[in-house]
Amino acid sequence: MSNYRMHVMVCAGTGCEAAESKIIIENFKEELKLKGYDQEIQVVKTGCFGFCGQGPIVKIQPDNVFYVKVTPADVKEIIEEHIIKGRRVERLLFEDPKEKVKLEKHDNMDFYKKQYRIALRNCGFINPEDIEEYIAFEGYEALGKVLTEMQPEDVIEIVKASGLRGRGGGGFPAGVKWGFTKNSPGDEKYVICNADEGDPGAFMDRSILEGDPHSILEAMAIAGYATGANSGIVYIRAEYPLAIKRLEIAIDQAREMGLLGENIFESGFDFDIILKLGAGAFVCGEETALIHSMEGCRGEPTKKPPFPAESGYRGKPTTVNNVETLANVCPIILKGSEWFSSIGTETSKGTKVFALAGKVNNVGLVEVPMGTTLREIIFEIGGGICDGKKFKAVQTGGPSGGVITEKDLDTPIDYESIKEIGSMMGSGGMIVMDEDNDMVEIAKFYLDFTQDESCGKCTPCRIGTKRMYEILERLTNLEGDMEDLEKLVDLGNMIKDTALCGLGQTAPNPVLSTMRYFPEEYEAYAKREKTKSYRIDPEKCIGCTLCAKACPVNCITGKVKEAHVIDESACIACGACFTVCKFDAVIKP
Amino acid sequence: MAIKSLDELKKIRDASKKKVDLREKGESTDNMIELLVGMATCGIAAGARETMKALNDAIEEAGLDNVKVIQVGCMGYCHSEPTVQASIPGKEPILFGNVDVDTAKNIIDKYIISGELLDDHVLNRTFRKA
Repeated sequence: MSNYRMHVMVCAGTGCEAAESKIIIENFKEELKLKGYDQEIQVVKTGCFGFCGQGPIVKIQPDNVFYVKVTPADVKEIIEEHIIKGRRVERLLFEDPKEKVKLEKHDNMDFYKKQYRIALRNCGFINPEDIEEYIAFEGYEALGKVLTEMQPEDVIEIVKASGLRGRGGGGFPAGVKWGFTKNSPGDEKYVICNADEGDPGAFMDRSILEGDPHSILEAMAIAGYATGANSGIVYIRAEYPLAIKRLEIAIDQAREMGLLGENIFESGFDFDIILKLGAGAFVCGEETALIHSMEGCRGEPTKKPPFPAESGYRGKPTTVNNVETLANVCPIILKGSEWFSSIGTETSKGTKVFALAGKVNNVGLVEVPMGTTLREIIFEIGGGICDGKKFKAVQTGGPSGGVITEKDLDTPIDYESIKEIGSMMGSGGMIVMDEDNDMVEIAKFYLDFTQDESCGKCTPCRIGTKRMYEILERLTNLEGDMEDLEKLVDLGNMIKDTALCGLGQTAPNPVLSTMRYFPEEYEAYAKREKTKSYRIDPEKCIGCTLCAKACPVNCITGKVKEAHVIDESACIACGACFTVCKFDAVIKP
Repeated sequence: MAIKSLDELKKIRDASKKKVDLREKGESTDNMIELLVGMATCGIAAGARETMKALNDAIEEAGLDNVKVIQVGCMGYCHSEPTVQASIPGKEPILFGNVDVDTAKNIIDKYIISGELLDDHVLNRTFRKA
């Protein structure tokens, strides 16, 4: 029986842990004990609150006060002021960037106002390492309901009727997928949770697994019951140690309570889950490659059909669902398909989690109803572009997607509309770029990633992406010409048409899409007009020497009180001189 | 301890609710009764910590799930500490003074549950009016 009068919730997601939240938790516990308050105040470690740009986050309940950017050194003040004396620690409250007022409740922050949390419902709210806290919020009730009151067909019908589609990027209806597996003959079937999140910049799956692991286990068991599988496997990359640890704890606890294992809820249904750790190859997010990797073979895709629903893991019927897809299942069972399908757009129901990153003020995880516009996500929830700069583009769909520019910001986002404007949903990474970003360099970055991650099985992807990368290198080294631009388009389209799997078929997208929207930037490189280095305006320079001191490669010369000069051949365009100059004398390339 | 039926799961749910209800109450905004306990130096010296504990115990005993107890700073009535302001939605907030452990229990049992005022402990003005 707990007699706690206050909960101190500390974020223990990977982001906040990297920012010392572990020490914050320890300090809270120690200091509370020292002050004799440890029997009254409970310190709870939680999953990700989503507002990662402001982390580490500490939330005090029931006061509902949200402290941001807390350091281990702040703990004493929070305890002495807030916990003992009931006074807010003003300096640690979030300041609204527009109104410049301090906000203590998270629901008043623009970042949270427009969000609607289904997949992230428990993240930041429960202790992910305590199954009882999950149960307190209706955990495992969906599984109980399914096993004791419903037939597998009914479960599939509900998921179909809800309109839930695959959140890994493909957007295939989850209920239909389950139906295929159910209808495939075989007494040995599998449910696989695809937790091989590989998009640079996407971290929603990791956060769900870290913040609410039981929701995934429960949904996998439901999928098992619906499709006739008794084994579940989470394929997760070894690069996610915290998520793995929390999953392992969750599986142990669920087994102990009889919520995994034999004869669950005395229904005669057996289901157990194991983890398979992947080495973190991007292509293994593709379901056939994932299955091969699980079988101990090389992580290479094979052609479909046969689809995994007919012949998947060990040649048996297999359902592969993404983490976020599964996170939506339990609420659908409990609240009904009509509730879920009332959210979103005509073709895309429910919500989508986006990982907002790049040059945006509020970096973090946001969950919004389908049909929210990019402008709302970037400018209202995201708080706009850093340092008052101008928005240039946003990359969605990671290395498989493309850029979206100002003119399409008001498009309501769903699977179809985002394709129409030349990008794709992908797993939900959103990288925001401002006026300073060089689009050719961005495209080169993504292509460097895909040509590196290409498994090498098919020629178009293995050699094609490599050649495209070489052309981009030539261009950015100012050694290319206009002909290279045509080659890029030809090669890109050819790879799209001929590559074996999704990785290759989408790899040219970042290049093709930036070429479409920003042709002038490519031409500047092709015509070798692009200057790569910074320059100094001799009219404005007063010879203060700050830039010369800041330059890491010592390429700025000049006497005190005389105009300085940058050696363009040695400049690495780091921008250090630009940042330190107080007289606007440094000109950007 | 294996769970064998939906009813058993619900029992564990209800028991576990107590572990997390502070958070639920904190997030909820509608129809919550708020009890604000003055916990500045004078309040603590006068026994506000025990008062707060007594309030929480009485709420749990009565099984109320729509009351949250929040500690606040000095309310300015140092002569009558510990002070507790009871804000019931739709009603004028009432400020109680000299709230010892017994009075705290009375606030819950009499005022919150049956709406009776505790004449000896009501201060004239509430924090909001002062």
